[in-house]
Amino acid sequence: MSDTESETRDAGFDEWLDAAEEGAAYYLACPNDHGSLPPRRVCPDCGVTDLEEASLPETGEIRTFTVTHVPTPAFEEDAPYATAVADFGPVRITGQVVGIDTEDVESGLEVEIEVTVSETTGERVLGFSPV
Amino acid sequence: MSDVRVAGVGLTPFGNAPERTSRDLFAEASIAAFEDSGVPRDDVDALLYGNFMGELSEHQGHQGPLMAEAAGVQAPATRYESACASSGAAVRDAVMRIRNGEDDVILVGGAERMTNLGTAGATEALAIAADDLWEVRAGMTFPGAYALMAQAYFDEYGGEHEDLAHIAVKNHENALNNEKAQYQSAIEVSDVLEAPQVSSPLGLYDSCPISDGAAAVVLTSEDYAEEHGLEAPVSISGTGQGGDRMALHDREYLARSPAARAAGDEAYADAGVDAADVDFAEVHDCFTIAEVLAIESLDLFPVGEGISAARDGRTTADGETPINLSGGLKAKGHPVGATGASQIAEVTKLLSGNHPNSEFVADATTGVAHNAGGTVASATVHVLEVTE
Repeated sequence: MSDTESETRDAGFDEWLDAAEEGAAYYLACPNDHGSLPPRRVCPDCGVTDLEEASLPETGEIRTFTVTHVPTPAFEEDAPYATAVADFGPVRITGQVVGIDTEDVESGLEVEIEVTVSETTGERVLGFSPV
Repeated sequence: MSDVRVAGVGLTPFGNAPERTSRDLFAEASIAAFEDSGVPRDDVDALLYGNFMGELSEHQGHQGPLMAEAAGVQAPATRYESACASSGAAVRDAVMRIRNGEDDVILVGGAERMTNLGTAGATEALAIAADDLWEVRAGMTFPGAYALMAQAYFDEYGGEHEDLAHIAVKNHENALNNEKAQYQSAIEVSDVLEAPQVSSPLGLYDSCPISDGAAAVVLTSEDYAEEHGLEAPVSISGTGQGGDRMALHDREYLARSPAARAAGDEAYADAGVDAADVDFAEVHDCFTIAEVLAIESLDLFPVGEGISAARDGRTTADGETPINLSGGLKAKGHPVGATGASQIAEVTKLLSGNHPNSEFVADATTGVAHNAGGTVASATVHVLEVTE
């Protein structure tokens, strides 16, 4: 990806990655206790529009995972890598599991957010590392 | 409300034809559908056409009017995009338009050109049916998404890769006599278990192939069929559609498909049948685990029991509820925009005795087609019945 392209940010999402890099990841909380991920103006569960940022729990738990051997071109040099869905309190998040051998990834593993970088593209990737 | 008859169906072979444009593929399928129906092209009121990745695979948007031209139809045409459920969604709208009395004859179908992209390009193109920000950018592929569901299923309900392997073996077996199928070759459980991993626990033989192909169906109102003396013994008697959150991680369930359940419940109620009335089904088995989730969502098997249905012989051709007698997406192939309409074609042929596997469902009166988009954020279900 060229410098020009990578300078274009996705409002809401890139701000979230910035915050996560600073250890301040958040989710969007609605007054009815639903959690969701940005960018979002409306609670997808109940439709209310007064969403507020709330701190994401520091650790999450892997609910399910896979090790991908056939990636998209954007992760060609990263494969094989583990991808997981992890519970972080009111929200679940999909991320790449880093800092652990892929064969050691399992459901129930406790992780924290770690923004990493694709070896293929140099782009930021939402990651999980074991606590 | 008018009943909706399937007057004719047409399919191209599904497979590897990187040089063929989708307009060429759809032309072939539509010619076959018109010949099968006996309906003149001039009587077509609309074309509803499913396609997912035309912009990426052949730099072609706005495919509706292009495909009307290819089919020789002078009628308004609209493209439907709902990922792998694109032509299922088109069929559903066609059914509702005919029932409403708005149209008497609709050409509905779909096409997809995929193999010219290569494996990496097609993997990338398919991935955009997921949430780009939160899934694709984390490295999730489509096989990866279904692998996440498979692992969640194993954790929640039990089962193992060998159970899934029996689904692949069954669907290859069913495709042996289907001349339109991409793979007409038998495989064994050991082939599935020993195949290269794509996204654990799913390997190469758990996955449907990348395919080129097209499907077309001529639907008419009951009045039109009777006035024109059409031989059209099969009706679409029920239609349903369900939706779910886009990203897998935002779903209540990681190992169930509520969108397919909603679509199935709606289609059954619409047709006035229930799961016990279903003689056989064509379901969206893009990966082996997808067939498990589909047959549970359609209430053909209880949640947690779909995993063993193929191994136990309950869904084989001679089983109590044959599933994917065409070979399914797994062996018949999955040109994504064509798949939903192709399922309607296969169920119609099976019910009318015109399918190489019709002997296995000789007394059947009710078949179901289940088409899923993305990780089942979209789903359509249709009930087809033999009309008196």
